[in-house]
Amino acid sequence: MPLHFELVTPAKLVRSEDVHMVVVPGTEGEFGVLEGHAPFMSTIRDGALQVFATANSAPVVIQVRGGFAEVNETGLTVLAEHVEG
Amino acid sequence: MPSLKELKGRINSVKSTQKITKAKQMVAAAKLRRAQAAAEAGRPYATRLAAVMASLAGKVAGDSAPKLLGGTGSDQRHLLVVVNTDKGLCGGLNSNLVKAAKLKAKELIAAGKTVEFYLVGKKGRAPLKREFPTLIGAGFDTSTVKTPGFAEAEAIANELIAMFDAGKFDVAHLVYPTFKSALAQDPTINQLIPVPAPTDAVPLDSVVEYEPSEEEILEELLPRYVRTQLFGALLEREASEQGASMTAMDNATRNAGELISKLTIIYNRQRQAAITTELIEIIAGAEAL
Repeated sequence: MPLHFELVTPAKLVRSEDVHMVVVPGTEGEFGVLEGHAPFMSTIRDGALQVFATANSAPVVIQVRGGFAEVNETGLTVLAEHVEG
Repeated sequence: MPSLKELKGRINSVKSTQKITKAKQMVAAAKLRRAQAAAEAGRPYATRLAAVMASLAGKVAGDSAPKLLGGTGSDQRHLLVVVNTDKGLCGGLNSNLVKAAKLKAKELIAAGKTVEFYLVGKKGRAPLKREFPTLIGAGFDTSTVKTPGFAEAEAIANELIAMFDAGKFDVAHLVYPTFKSALAQDPTINQLIPVPAPTDAVPLDSVVEYEPSEEEILEELLPRYVRTQLFGALLEREASEQGASMTAMDNATRNAGELISKLTIIYNRQRQAAITTELIEIIAGAEAL
């Protein structure tokens, strides 16, 4: 089962896709989110979001600034004010 | 009675005005589509943020709530943030906004509160200044950028939050147009600061982990929420401006068309009258011989 990942900025929905894993730069340290992660909410620091489409693929790196991440039963949602790349 | 030449001149001038209004209408129609798409694209962020806010605010309510949520404890000084357009040619949009803002200001003043204005956009300044010459405070100029985006919303929000932290006001209201359709844009007044506590606080299942603590997340989230509100207002303003402009210019084009056909009839009638007079003169001259 893949993880549903959404990246949203105030201007638009940047990404909405099913991926294997996302590594999020949380304020208190990076954390990886896989399918079935417990409900979780964290602010994020400015940094790189790594998106792994499949278990073995190279990560797609997205720079994000200002925002927070929420994990619930439907997947991972990252709200970021600025997104680059 | 204007002469034939004068009439011709008037018809031509109305025709060129019609060309301008027609062009402006088409430009507005094209821009409206883009503005509407932008407003649409901004919605997922706003709804998600509002949902998270609601679930968090319900938990952290009470004395420990941050100032942006709980307020300063008084509601004496009010700030009206009025979002107007920068350009005219958009019908009654700006005057409707100003009317709503005035009404709110009078209501607050009647209730014994002090009111100050913070103006975004150019078009509201003059009419509000005429009515309340001493109450106009700072403002934000959005006319320097082509389409105000999140950067502008951020700048406005930061300034407002700084003013709030400095204790310059207790409550801020946001007055902006909501885009309903190209024909209807309603002025809306929302409380911006302190952030209104969500009424439909959904009791979230408490298994959610927070990192850092709920209070800290909320503290970070509130300015973000204010920014999003302002960004939403700017997007709505953009769509409303184009919609109102399109409708107003459509009316103007139609009126110009009517005026042209009226003037053309008068012109033709006069030309005919001149011809008839000439003929009568010739016939009368021939008969006299």
